[in-house]
Amino acid sequence: MKRIGVLALQGAVREHLQTIEACGAKAVPVKKPAELLDLDALVLPGGESTTMRRLIDRYRFMDPLRDFAETGKPMFGTCAGLILLAGEVAGYEEPHLGVMDVKVERNSFGRQIDSFEADLEIKGLDAPFNAVFIRAPHIISAGPDTEVLCEYDGKIVMARNAQFLGCSFHPELTLDHRITDYFINMISVEHQSITI
Amino acid sequence: MNQQGTNRVKRGMAEMQKGGVIMDVVNAEQARIAEAAGATAVMALERVPSDIRRDGGVARMADPRITEEVMKAVSIPVMAKARIGHIVEARVLEAMGVDYIDESEVLTPADEEFHLLKERYTVPFVCGCRNLGEAARRIGEGASMLRTKGEPGTGNIVEAVRHLRQVNSEVLKVVHMSEDELMTEARNLGASYEFLREVKSLGRLPVVNFAAGGVATPADAALMMELGADGVFVGSGIFKSESPEKFARAIVEATTHYQDYQLIAELSKNLGIAMQGIEISTIAAGERMQERGW
Repeated sequence: MKRIGVLALQGAVREHLQTIEACGAKAVPVKKPAELLDLDALVLPGGESTTMRRLIDRYRFMDPLRDFAETGKPMFGTCAGLILLAGEVAGYEEPHLGVMDVKVERNSFGRQIDSFEADLEIKGLDAPFNAVFIRAPHIISAGPDTEVLCEYDGKIVMARNAQFLGCSFHPELTLDHRITDYFINMISVEHQSITI
Repeated sequence: MNQQGTNRVKRGMAEMQKGGVIMDVVNAEQARIAEAAGATAVMALERVPSDIRRDGGVARMADPRITEEVMKAVSIPVMAKARIGHIVEARVLEAMGVDYIDESEVLTPADEEFHLLKERYTVPFVCGCRNLGEAARRIGEGASMLRTKGEPGTGNIVEAVRHLRQVNSEVLKVVHMSEDELMTEARNLGASYEFLREVKSLGRLPVVNFAAGGVATPADAALMMELGADGVFVGSGIFKSESPEKFARAIVEATTHYQDYQLIAELSKNLGIAMQGIEISTIAAGERMQERGW
């Protein structure tokens, strides 16, 4: 069975764990770096990116997370998780993990009163996806090897760059599991741990 | 079509706060300290609860200048308090663009009979509760997040524990109750039948529930998480302590790692003096903030 971790420092951890289990994979909350070792893929959930970053530094998660990215195993960032993955964050000198070839802007749809839900056309999905945007970031620009999977209102809100998948919205807040399914299918046979 | 202010958007914002600490701040400098320490949001107000308690008089919505100053200072969400039932304070805060409104018993109620009809607002609300009946009525009015009340400004965790245990034991009771007993339970609690059915089918409250009102140490915050809170509000506990930065960081870490007791021991070393606490029995009945709201 595929084992998928969810970084469990803060945020919508429970929803991601439930969605992963609903997709037929084993969901593993990750609170300590050692818990990254036997995973096939990792989700960085929505929450507050500044809080998660402080806890990442405090518990020396940064190098283990970058090592995880180096292995080529898939990583999926939703909202704050996308900010953590991005190679560049507008207005900040340094990125967080800096592994995904995109530049993001925080809170780029406004404050909470501007938060919204909308039906999105996403590449590879047969029907629209109802997406919840909460103080959401967006991708300002994407590198040449990044595939844009969805734009909304002229802004890139979902993209894939090699093993990294990122979106501005929160697929974990809805019962539509197609995006998590897509992510789980990114796990290649060579990276899958052998469990019987 | 883009839809704003839906239940999913309003409740979803609280879901993103889970496992986090929301800190009371009275100016931009405190807000920056809170953000740097890892707070998931700040609550902008004019006086922290312990000062409101000490000063007496009528406590109102903060001067909008303070709220604006805090909103400019940080990139994390900013919450602000309106008086119970004060439609205009709530609308003013919404117009200013605060991210969440706390219809709060910490302020002097503006209406002793009716709470705000929160479903009419685009901005989401958090409200206090002491039991499942209060939780049900606030959610019924449109609250998107709850916090157990505790006794604000005391630095004494006892009431926060009482209220969180009460809410959670009543939720468990409903979850394990036979379907045909729900209507009577609804009558007894002053909750709607539909609400109790929802709680039973979900196995929990339909919104995030934080703990508030008395958290003063990292161990207090971890205790509330242990008892099933989704996160904690810390009012006076941080900026009324001897070293706010240290307390703020330690409380954030203890909330994340609430079952790592060796870590909490480390975090709790050399923090300096916590806020001065108050024994609940020394507070006159009329001065207990938890009795406000119904």
